[in-house]
Amino acid sequence: MTDKESAGAAQVARLREVVKTYDDEGLRVTAVNGMTFDIPRQRFAMIVGPSGSGKTTLLNLLGCIDTPSSGRIEVCGEDVAALSDDALSDFRSRHIGFIFQNFNLVPVLSAYENVEYPLLLLGTGADERRDRTEAMLESVGLTAQRDHRPNQLSGGQKQRVAIARALVKGPELVLADEPTANLDSHTGAAIIELMRGIQHERAATFIFSTHDPQLISHAEETYTIRDGKLVEHRSEAA
Amino acid sequence: MTLLLKIASRNILRNGRRSLMTVLAIAVGASAMLLFGEYIAFMILGLQTTMVQRIGHLTVSKQGYFELGSGNPAAYGISHYRDVMKLIEDDPVLKRMVNVVTPNVTLYGIAGNFDVDASKTFFGSGVVPSDRERMRQWNEYRFERTRPALAPVMSDAEPARGVIGVGLARILGLCRPLELGDCPDLPKPAQDGTGPAVRDFKELAQRDLPGNRPARGLPRIDLLAATAGGAPNVVSLYVARAEPQGVKELDDSYVVMPLALAQQLLYGRGEHKAVGIVLQLHRSEDIPAARARLASLFRQHGLGLEVHDFTELQPVYKQIIGMMSAIFSFIAAIMGVIVLFTVVNTMSMSVMERVNEIGTTRALGVRRAGIRRQFVAEGLLLGVLGASAGLLAGAALAYLVNRAGLTWTPPMQARPVPLRLLSSGMQTLVISVWLGLVGLATLAALIPANRAARMQVVDALRHV
Repeated sequence: MTDKESAGAAQVARLREVVKTYDDEGLRVTAVNGMTFDIPRQRFAMIVGPSGSGKTTLLNLLGCIDTPSSGRIEVCGEDVAALSDDALSDFRSRHIGFIFQNFNLVPVLSAYENVEYPLLLLGTGADERRDRTEAMLESVGLTAQRDHRPNQLSGGQKQRVAIARALVKGPELVLADEPTANLDSHTGAAIIELMRGIQHERAATFIFSTHDPQLISHAEETYTIRDGKLVEHRSEAA
Repeated sequence: MTLLLKIASRNILRNGRRSLMTVLAIAVGASAMLLFGEYIAFMILGLQTTMVQRIGHLTVSKQGYFELGSGNPAAYGISHYRDVMKLIEDDPVLKRMVNVVTPNVTLYGIAGNFDVDASKTFFGSGVVPSDRERMRQWNEYRFERTRPALAPVMSDAEPARGVIGVGLARILGLCRPLELGDCPDLPKPAQDGTGPAVRDFKELAQRDLPGNRPARGLPRIDLLAATAGGAPNVVSLYVARAEPQGVKELDDSYVVMPLALAQQLLYGRGEHKAVGIVLQLHRSEDIPAARARLASLFRQHGLGLEVHDFTELQPVYKQIIGMMSAIFSFIAAIMGVIVLFTVVNTMSMSVMERVNEIGTTRALGVRRAGIRRQFVAEGLLLGVLGASAGLLAGAALAYLVNRAGLTWTPPMQARPVPLRLLSSGMQTLVISVWLGLVGLATLAALIPANRAARMQVVDALRHV
């Protein structure tokens, strides 16, 4: 492995002069304006900044659900801008877990089925699927609610299911957009603890977009952005 | 696939009322198409049965008769027709297929009842009564019998007994002797009923009929026609029964008489020929094979004969099928459009309500094709549920209709027959309706499914 490759392998994401612009009712908006930075692996990273600063757009680019207008993004060592739509879907399926502010569970599936869903997409065998799903539900403390549909779960329980769904396939990267925004502070704290514990246990990289000071206090890497530009990067010692 | 169907079926149940309305719309379409299709099938097969009983499946005639023969049937007689019939009856290929082979004579002339000084042009048919009786028994599709038997009204042993149309019986003043109801009185003749033409006709009838044995108690009519040689000829016919005909013109002119009497009228003392040889087959599906074999036989023996099937001799059969097919197509098209719009509407609403879910599943790694499949699967399930329910309901309705004792008078028939929906042997219709509606529902779902598949993930996730 060369030094450069070694450096690349240590980063879960690398952005080079990334620009993202879009039209908002005829108005051209630059949400991400030439960002260049790296995000190291196995860290609890936060993207912070005021509303409209481009946090969610940046997270979408890192999650490969949006493509940059220019620049280069490498996620898990792959130049994602070069991938086709289907290849991007497969890439997300294998490498990236998502946790959404509004939980975004499939309403007609039970907690168990929601967690099992990513494994079905990967074509995991039935036995392994069952074992991993049950283990994941147990680790988020929802074994008793496995057959509940999302409308039968509380906000905290829904977010636990969402975390289990994001992590069940063992992704290298977990992206979470304001995961505690719709939870009360007590539940939010419990969810943060849960994610922190799993992150340590599984050595996954978590990247959050958040305003929540409680969550920010756990940051190992903090990327502050304003007007689509990175204005500060702080890194805690590993 | 299991997950796909699981999500599809649960989403259908989740929007229960909307799904129910969609399924009902498809079911109504399926029921309507099934019932109307069964009704058409009953009507067409009923019409076919009536025609085949009356004129057989195939008619052999001298070349040119079909186009020109009705103007002069005598000129198109088949000489040595018994030899031709024997050739047909002895042929090993045709033997298996043929039920009845019988000669006939078709002729036109004037019928008169000089007891009341009434006369009318007639269209006559000379038949072998025992053969016609066997033809009347033909019932490939197992319908209830409604036509009265020909025997004992006509039989091979009675050379001068016949049947005429009810309309002709009225015109000839035979209502009372034949005990027909609803008969107006004949108007009084302008003179005393002894005009020169009537007198000549009466005289000719008296002179030409010494050999005819009177049938006791039956009214007599006299039939005048030109022989093959152009000479006027008269025979007497004893009317055993009047049978209503479905078409008024035919009812007012129809005469059925024994073959020998018709031959005597048409050919006089010359060679007695047949104008046609009628073949009734066991099964209608053998028509093409039998026809091809006949053509081959006639060519082989240089007979100069041609063969026509009953649909050519009675073009109205094909016209009725064409009309019914057009009506069925129209109804199917309307039902199809209703199903199409209903499913498109339902699935579009489903897509609109699940934009966020579409974004989420795409983010989790579902490809565009996977999203498309998801919504198409829902359309497919709606189609399967609706078409299956509709066909079951249609079958139940058909059962009720068939037991309701309804009757109707089909086109070209004079007697009412039981109204039936032909539910057995309709597998092709059932499968076509089911596949058609399921296919249409699936196709209709493809429109909103494509819209869902084209959504950008970030836009879908942003949707509130």
